[in-house]
Amino acid sequence: MNANLVSQILFYFFAVLTVGSAAVVVFSRSLIYSIFGLLFTFFGVAALYVFLGADFLAATQMVIYVGGVLVLLLFGVMLTHKLYNLDLKTETFQFVPALLLIVAVFGVLLLAMTRATWFSGGVRPPEPTTAEIGKMFMREYILPFEVASVFLLVALIGAAMIVRRRAQ
Amino acid sequence: MIGLTHYLVISAALFSLGIMCVLTRKNAVSVLMGIELILNSANLNLVAFSRFTSGNLDGQVFAVFTIIVAAAEVAVALAIVLSMYRMLRSVNLDRADTLKG
Repeated sequence: MNANLVSQILFYFFAVLTVGSAAVVVFSRSLIYSIFGLLFTFFGVAALYVFLGADFLAATQMVIYVGGVLVLLLFGVMLTHKLYNLDLKTETFQFVPALLLIVAVFGVLLLAMTRATWFSGGVRPPEPTTAEIGKMFMREYILPFEVASVFLLVALIGAAMIVRRRAQ
Repeated sequence: MIGLTHYLVISAALFSLGIMCVLTRKNAVSVLMGIELILNSANLNLVAFSRFTSGNLDGQVFAVFTIIVAAAEVAVALAIVLSMYRMLRSVNLDRADTLKG
């Protein structure tokens, strides 16, 4: 078996993993199943980043989404339900109209993507990206970088202010 | 050979599923999960276009900013959900209708 075929099989495996676990997130009745589906979706997207030659982004995806966002969501579920109630069910509504709508949206997107002729300026060779991304942050993107750091600080202070108990 | 369109199709599927999640769920935390799916699909598009059409890393830098905004968004949104739970004893979005005339 040559390497190209192996890489294609792996790509389709991770594509099915990503989309399938995203479907679990959407259609599962249990919140815990949804959270675990989200875990595998994030993992699959990180693997697709590796296929795209974005090693820094794959690592960032694992650290921030799997390590941060997912744990926060789990805290959100656990704090807003009875802790020992293991069958955390969630209701759905307007299921059929929403299904029709997303089938239409997906169809239109698919049509647009396959019809369009994308500009192709050459595929980037798969080489390490971390150093170059760091240089871009310190040169062209220095202002957005600083604004993003202030933005994160503001968001954290704001979140702490919102959940703080009011002094009676 | 795996090309740009493959990634775009995966991203469109993730986007549609995220919209579905936002539209049908009543639980506020589930709606947040749908928003995370949508942000991930946008990120996948940015990285795919950065690899196949431009040849430079601008798309990946932009994806890092998207991840930053998503992290801040989920922190603030969960704070809002927690304080909603404290006020209404429920995270059902239909119950948050105080502003309804």
